[in-house]
Amino acid sequence: MKHCLVVDDSRVIRKVACRILEDLSFATEEAEDGATALAACRRAMPDMVLLDWNMPNMNGIEFLRALRNERLGDRPIVVFCTTENDIAHITEALGAGADEYIMKPFDRDIIEAKLAEVGLV
Amino acid sequence: MNSKDFAYLSDILRRRSGLLLKQEKAHLVEGRLAPVMRRFGFKDIASMMRELRHGHESLASAVTEAMTINDSAFFRDRKTFEEFRDIVLPELLIQRAAKKRLRIWCAACAAGQEPYSIAMVLNDSKLTAQGWTIDLIATDISSEMVSRAVEGLYSHFEVQRGLPIRRLVSNFTQEGSNWRISEQLRRMVTFRVFNLLDSFGWLAEVDVVFCRNVLMYFDLKTRASVLDRIGEILTPDGSLLLGPAESITGLATEFVQAEHAPGLYYRSKMPPLRRRATA
Repeated sequence: MKHCLVVDDSRVIRKVACRILEDLSFATEEAEDGATALAACRRAMPDMVLLDWNMPNMNGIEFLRALRNERLGDRPIVVFCTTENDIAHITEALGAGADEYIMKPFDRDIIEAKLAEVGLV
Repeated sequence: MNSKDFAYLSDILRRRSGLLLKQEKAHLVEGRLAPVMRRFGFKDIASMMRELRHGHESLASAVTEAMTINDSAFFRDRKTFEEFRDIVLPELLIQRAAKKRLRIWCAACAAGQEPYSIAMVLNDSKLTAQGWTIDLIATDISSEMVSRAVEGLYSHFEVQRGLPIRRLVSNFTQEGSNWRISEQLRRMVTFRVFNLLDSFGWLAEVDVVFCRNVLMYFDLKTRASVLDRIGEILTPDGSLLLGPAESITGLATEFVQAEHAPGLYYRSKMPPLRRRATA
């Protein structure tokens, strides 16, 4: 079973995303900001991180840069999931090492399609 | 909708578009026809159906369009595009090296996602820069869908179903919350309203036909007729791409399925050497 870390400061978004991912046979773990997520990755690297952009205590892009600089073994797939839906943000995320990008609002079809893009379903 | 109106609607759809309206879809009919009813000013479906029986041509056309299936997505059934890129296209580039011309037809393009996906694959190969002429023709029975395809403007939900983010960034521009296909890709596709029951003569010779997830909505006779006419316009070494779940076994003897490539069909009279090479 693949393991996904869902990083978002909204509890509701985390719950919705986790439910969809669990339906798609993922084991999920939640983190409410980048710092908590980085600590979780240091404990056990997930297969994938679903990542919000705007969060307190290390935002999404800071987390991603820190994660890609870590030497923690396997490189997890990182999929941004954010309301920052403009090309400048998307380009910045890809440049920092994001694998895919989900523009909120999302639904199950979008998450499933994006997971297919990165080869996880 | 009462059973007589349903039977009449089924008949008119079959005659005008080949669409087979199944009884189990009856509950969807009123919802699909509600926008037409409002547009033409009818107070209920029954009065619209009465007018339809009087031979109201523009109403019949609008009803037919409303009942056609327009669901699509960029790179829908990814494997089909991989087969096109990795099997069909390389072979044709060898076969047509002297003429440097390819003709590709999307038979039911809906809002344009399929032909634009093909255009992106072709664009990756940089064929135009190498002197190739590509005729990419896309048709649909619905004038509304063809207008949307020409417009090339998609919602943020539509561009997130099947389209990798890097393709979105490199092939679209943002307009508010929507995304518009690049002018370069838009110019690669010629769109036209076309009913698959009509003559295919204007298409002349075509090297590749995409006719995916269309035949399944037709009755057997219409499926066979469409396949026969595709056979008439497809070049002897051309390819037909159907939906991966569609089967034409017993319907068209002029086509044979490629091995290891569900949905990809060749002409059965194609030289056997080439068929083996693609397996």
